[in-house]
Amino acid sequence: MSGAYNFAYLDEQTKRMLRRAILKAVAIPGYQVPFASRDMPLPYGWGTGGIQVTAAVLGQDDVLKVIDQGADDTANAVSIRAFFAKTARVATTERTAEATVIQTRHRIPERRLHAGQILVYQVPIPEPLRFLEPRERETRRMHGLADYGAMHVKLYEDVARMGRITTSFAYPVKVAGRYVMDPSPIPKFDNPKLHDCPALQLFGAGREKRVYAIPPHTTVESLDFEDHPFEVQRWDRPCGLCGSTESYLDEVVTDDRGGRLFCCSDTDFCRERRDSNRMDEGR
Amino acid sequence: MQPSLIAEGIGKTFTLHLQGGVRLPVLSGLGFEVQPGECVVLDGPSGAGKSTVLRAIYGSYSVDGGRILIRHDGAMIDLASAAPREVLAVRRRTLGYVSQFLRVVPRVPTVEVVAEPLLATGCPREPALERARSLLARLRLPERLWEVPPATFSGGEQQRVNLARAFVHPYPVLLLDEPTASLDTHNRAIVVELVRERLAEGAAMLAILHDRQARDAIATRIIGLAGMDRAA
Amino acid sequence: MSAHDLPLLEVRDLAKSYGGLQALKPTEFDLWPGEVLAIVGESGSGKTTLLSCLTGHVPADGGSVRFRSSEGAAVDLLQMAEAERRLLARTEFGFVHQNPRDGLRLNISAGGNIGERLMAAGWRHFGRIRAEALAWLDRVEIDRSRIDDLPRGFSGGMQQRLQIARNLVTRPRLVLMDEPTGGLDVSVQARLLDLLRRLVAELDLAVVIVTHDLAVARLLSHRMLVMRRGQVVEHGLTDRVLDDPQHPYSQLLVSSILAA
Repeated sequence: MSGAYNFAYLDEQTKRMLRRAILKAVAIPGYQVPFASRDMPLPYGWGTGGIQVTAAVLGQDDVLKVIDQGADDTANAVSIRAFFAKTARVATTERTAEATVIQTRHRIPERRLHAGQILVYQVPIPEPLRFLEPRERETRRMHGLADYGAMHVKLYEDVARMGRITTSFAYPVKVAGRYVMDPSPIPKFDNPKLHDCPALQLFGAGREKRVYAIPPHTTVESLDFEDHPFEVQRWDRPCGLCGSTESYLDEVVTDDRGGRLFCCSDTDFCRERRDSNRMDEGR
Repeated sequence: MQPSLIAEGIGKTFTLHLQGGVRLPVLSGLGFEVQPGECVVLDGPSGAGKSTVLRAIYGSYSVDGGRILIRHDGAMIDLASAAPREVLAVRRRTLGYVSQFLRVVPRVPTVEVVAEPLLATGCPREPALERARSLLARLRLPERLWEVPPATFSGGEQQRVNLARAFVHPYPVLLLDEPTASLDTHNRAIVVELVRERLAEGAAMLAILHDRQARDAIATRIIGLAGMDRAA
Repeated sequence: MSAHDLPLLEVRDLAKSYGGLQALKPTEFDLWPGEVLAIVGESGSGKTTLLSCLTGHVPADGGSVRFRSSEGAAVDLLQMAEAERRLLARTEFGFVHQNPRDGLRLNISAGGNIGERLMAAGWRHFGRIRAEALAWLDRVEIDRSRIDDLPRGFSGGMQQRLQIARNLVTRPRLVLMDEPTGGLDVSVQARLLDLLRRLVAELDLAVVIVTHDLAVARLLSHRMLVMRRGQVVEHGLTDRVLDDPQHPYSQLLVSSILAA
């Protein structure tokens, strides 16, 4: 059956078109490049933008990892991984260090990425100015003219109402000192990892038909105020499984009696630490 | 002595386009001079164009011909041909006008209405308000009215506000259009006093004044305006 | 010569046609700092087209609009790159729309609305932005307690005052106003007029105000342009145009209203 599909599902013309868009995106860091999004065999909101970007960059020797909220084993991650295993017959992995292409929804792996890796983000709403300005034509002009004063208005509203910047996901950044960009709904905890990252970061929005990119080692700043500087989330406890105090924690309900556990959202990171803890104990 | 105000050959004809272009000649070839310290009163029957002369000098009416020279910042400037912003500068510093009507922004307290001409010359706010209060007191406007906008005042009260506005700044040239018309005897006497003081300081005035007593008290010279229909 | 001796704005041969219709025939005027110029005329007379061409919202067919920026050099707004013009628009111009809903962000708090231009101008200190917003609420007579409220719930007069604060917070030198008192109750209009007059004097603003209300023109403006069918038919001192109109159309306009 799988012989009926072209490599990585999309036809070569479509992949070439996508690669051109991606090259342009890499050339203009943070700039949203329109592309002709194809119908994919799954609904919008399930990562159609990310999948098309992955399909366009994937080669036969690549090793693919797919995560959803940091986990390799959720339905969305499992089905996308199976999709490429079937249509491209590429090797897959759950190990961040071994992967050459990582498609992600809403997280950046805790382990520092290395040169040669590509991180592909699934993006629901690529336009950071959208909440202020509904007209696409106007937001494009604002980007074109670097007319970004309005961007701080959202942060102002946070501080005015809540006393601090409460935006905690999709926290806006300025890329290479020029374009303001929505990093997709990653927690702001991950924002510092966007900066000076050795891997190539690609962002794909299927419904909105946009790709954008952060080339390796690009400056990425999170917007803030002098008297309310950018801060990441902190937890007052370590991961309940691996004991990490540096990772992003999820709250997991463990039983029917209200038992709860805080543990790493990055399952591979957590597993790796537990393995090494065990080795330390065994020694 | 050098005149403060010179009118030379002023003509004014109104063309009423809405009445089929009817032409109403009002002034023709009018000329006079006003020296510092003089109060020249324009005399003539109703319709002779007395108010027209004041408005033409102030710039609210254009003139068809002639020159209106006024001493402004030490030089003579022709108001008949001056650009609007020059006219505005002359009004700000040199030329005051007591009209019969008070026209002010609603909601602005009386004391601010009076202080406004001083503020426009760059005078700081507090001294300007102080000066406005002292004039309102002198013109015997009840103190409870000072912080109230003058829109609802009686005719006599509004006229005193108008007078205070014109005397708050020492304009070298003053135009007075029936400054005492709505005032009682006592207040008229105060206005006469104010005018005399200002004349003694060297102001030049041009007035329309039917009030015989006031006229006798302040007029230094009277110019008769015949009116065009009689002259013709 | 001081800055006051040079015009802030020099408009020459500004013209605009839509197809065969000459919405604005070649027009010229100067505007000096601290001066308020009223443009009057009925609907369709070209006054709004003139305003739109000045701001660049509508591209003019020809002519020039020279603006003396605070650096002192005169620049032609029509020849300027859009990025530069927007920068100027954010810092040295204000634009007050007739409908405050067109000039405000209704889903953003009053403070955010006032602060936006400051942030656009590079202010990055929340405390200072907020203090400035509060000071401007005072100036436009909106209770400080409303700073975090959405303007959606404000009365028309309050919305209009907020729009004015939002525009003036960066101390522009030129403010363009399109029927700023239109659509307001008479008593609300009076308050707004008083406020505008005071701010214009305090900030030494140059203003171009488009209005069909001659009473507004009389109270606010020093000079006036009367427009008809895309053409300026009369211009001069406001009281002269109103008290001694020369052009048949100006006479008609003045006679059509009760004492202005």
